[in-house]
Amino acid sequence: MDMMTAHQTRSLTEAASAANPKVVARDVNVYYGDKHALNNVSVDVPDRGVMAFIGPSGCGKSTFLRCINRMNDTISICRVTGKITIEDQDIYDPELDVVQLRARVGMVFQKPNPFPKSIFENVAYGPRIHGLSKSKADLEGLVQEALMKASLWNEVKDRLHESGTGLSGGQQQRLCIARAIAVSPDVILMDEPCSALDPIATARIEELIDELRNNFCIIIVTHSMQQAARVSQRTAFFHLGTLVEEGATQTIFTNPTDQRTQDYITGRFG
Amino acid sequence: MTDVTFLPGAPSARRLDLTSDAAKARVRSRYRSEARFRWYGICAIVVTAVFLVVLITDILIKGLPAFTQHSLSIDVPVTAELADPEGKGTPEALAAGDYNKLVREAVRSHLGIEGRAATSNLSKLLSTGSGDGLRDAVMSDPKLIGQTVPVTALLSDDADLYLKGTGTKIERADGVAIATPSDVKGDITITAPGAFAADTAALRDVITKRVATLTAGAELYEQSADATVRDRAKPLREEIATLAASISDANAPALLGSHVPSLLIAINGGIVKLSSLTNDTASGTALIPLKSAEAAQAGAWQRVTYVTPEADRKVDDAKVALLDRLQADGKVSRGFNTLFFTAGDSREAELAGIRGALVGSILTLAVTLALCLPIGVMAAVYLEEFAKKNWFTDLIEININNLAAVPSIVFGLLGLAVFLNFFGLPRSAPIVGGLVLALLVLPTIIIAARAALRAVPPSIKEAALGVGASHQQAIFHHVLPLAMPGIMTGTIIGMAHALGETAPLLMIGMVAFIVDIPAGFTDSATALPVQIYLWSDLPEAAFKQKTAAAIIVLLMLLFVMNGLAIWLRKRFERRW
Repeated sequence: MDMMTAHQTRSLTEAASAANPKVVARDVNVYYGDKHALNNVSVDVPDRGVMAFIGPSGCGKSTFLRCINRMNDTISICRVTGKITIEDQDIYDPELDVVQLRARVGMVFQKPNPFPKSIFENVAYGPRIHGLSKSKADLEGLVQEALMKASLWNEVKDRLHESGTGLSGGQQQRLCIARAIAVSPDVILMDEPCSALDPIATARIEELIDELRNNFCIIIVTHSMQQAARVSQRTAFFHLGTLVEEGATQTIFTNPTDQRTQDYITGRFG
Repeated sequence: MTDVTFLPGAPSARRLDLTSDAAKARVRSRYRSEARFRWYGICAIVVTAVFLVVLITDILIKGLPAFTQHSLSIDVPVTAELADPEGKGTPEALAAGDYNKLVREAVRSHLGIEGRAATSNLSKLLSTGSGDGLRDAVMSDPKLIGQTVPVTALLSDDADLYLKGTGTKIERADGVAIATPSDVKGDITITAPGAFAADTAALRDVITKRVATLTAGAELYEQSADATVRDRAKPLREEIATLAASISDANAPALLGSHVPSLLIAINGGIVKLSSLTNDTASGTALIPLKSAEAAQAGAWQRVTYVTPEADRKVDDAKVALLDRLQADGKVSRGFNTLFFTAGDSREAELAGIRGALVGSILTLAVTLALCLPIGVMAAVYLEEFAKKNWFTDLIEININNLAAVPSIVFGLLGLAVFLNFFGLPRSAPIVGGLVLALLVLPTIIIAARAALRAVPPSIKEAALGVGASHQQAIFHHVLPLAMPGIMTGTIIGMAHALGETAPLLMIGMVAFIVDIPAGFTDSATALPVQIYLWSDLPEAAFKQKTAAAIIVLLMLLFVMNGLAIWLRKRFERRW
């Protein structure tokens, strides 16, 4: 908690972010069998803020996102080289427990995927398996806090024990966000969280992301350049498995240095 | 193709043709083909439905009568010399009493018949278990000895079948003249002027036709070159001679044989079976003694015809007369056949039940389920979620699929060789049956469980992994519970398959004749389908009914199990 207050005092300027990055990736290569999916990606993700990964389909942005919580381990043919650290800890260290890593790095998926259980159980599952709550009352408080942070509490407080799959798509996605933040992760990864939602639900999720960035390091993959421009402070542009350009969002969208970035953001391809 | 370039968006030279005759013909042909396909489908369903209806109707018609049984209600005076021959009054002494004879004597005295033939007829009408109820009553209350006890005694399978309508039609007509019997028992001649003229004429016609038929047959035999075949003509010639003599003279008595409908006279409380007939007199034997030899007025006596000739039925005239009388006295009742569900197998059809086979099946299935469910589910979870995909797991997968296609008798032979001969487990025991059926069902359950696990969307597993659940936690907390309805459905269908399986059980000796109801997993037992197989092999008509009834019970169990599977699927079906 001491660290948190210390971080909060720091302003979210570019320089400060670069000076104390949360996630550091160096020369990350990913191979799916023989296919070289990601080529020498090096990037620093600042703490407290939103970083957006953009790029055309198949450019490797989701692959890179899934390297950060080692979700790619579940694909047997996938091989990762290079180094990724979170708070100076190498996450590909053989000594590291991948399950604990995933508790520290929450993930929100493209399609809302609540467990087919009650709303309460959806949120309580993570804290329960990680032993975060001491008592039933404590757990209830924790669930309420997570739902409030995900700005879903007011909509579901009267039906916590109804099925999570009965909610609307946007509510389901906010439930998934609540589920992710219930275990107090350091980093939240979002893989196109709004692509299955209508514009109103998308706006609510974007609002929520904007609130969450004060407390979490968020990395979001998106197809929508407008969304990247709206919610992120930094943007990385991927193309054909390489990181083409990375910088402050405003700079990327107004004054990109690379021609490919220029072509992509002006809609010439992708 | 080489020098033509296709510009994107350029108008094509080909036009979609919707109006020409060829186009219309194409549409008509498509409609015809769709209609034809629909008719193929309807025909296939109709044919299947007809076969199913025929099969079920046949089984129901044959089997439903076996769920009821006829028994006799009669007051039995319990005498000490038969119930307790040693006079000790101990349970062993009471158990040794001849209760069947007590019941038989009571029926005999009710009907007023005597002699060895009557005793023999009665013991064939009454079941060998007819005294069982009385024995139980006397053993639980020895004070009944010396009293008259109302008893419900089981009838034999032949009597039961006769009463269920497979015997003969009985026609009755009032006698038209004053009839005078010559005696009350033994051989009796009844004189009733003119009363039998029509019957005699009809009988003479029948005899004339039979003589003609027999003569044709005899001539055929006599033409043969083989001496033994020619010899077969001799008894025919003798019968022809007797029959011809009986109709040679208009006044000679026409003979009633076993090949013509039986004619009887019910007069003065007795029944006389006729053996010869003239216009004015009828001679025969008293099946039930007459109360008096007085003359009976027209209308006070009856001519009774058993339409099916005696030679064509299992129950002869004497027994039909006795049953007919008992029924007329209101002593025969038809009730639900509880014995069928409470008794084990028996050599007597009326005493045989399916309890032993049912319990055997349940014990066997319990062993199968206890082995199959945990092993099958764990194997499926491991193969689907944890095992590395390499040539070895591929080999295992292929072999599991192959095992599902192995003929069941092979599993029976395996059980015989491994469980009985190598491990020395008891023969005919449900535990061995369960082990063998477990081998048979295991592939089915593994395949069903893997399909159910695959049907759970991967997003659920990803979600669990995403909040920091380990792979095993994700499987056991989320994937397996969601796959459980599918796994249960597969298991129940596998169990239903095992319930109907016969061949492997034959190989491990569960095909024995076992009277006792098995009490444990190592007792000798048989199973429902094996019981059906055993009964279907027996010659008695009553066992044919029992076979059909046991099939009905088995089908009901299968319907219930499959219904349960469907209900589970509907109840726990989840949508994503």
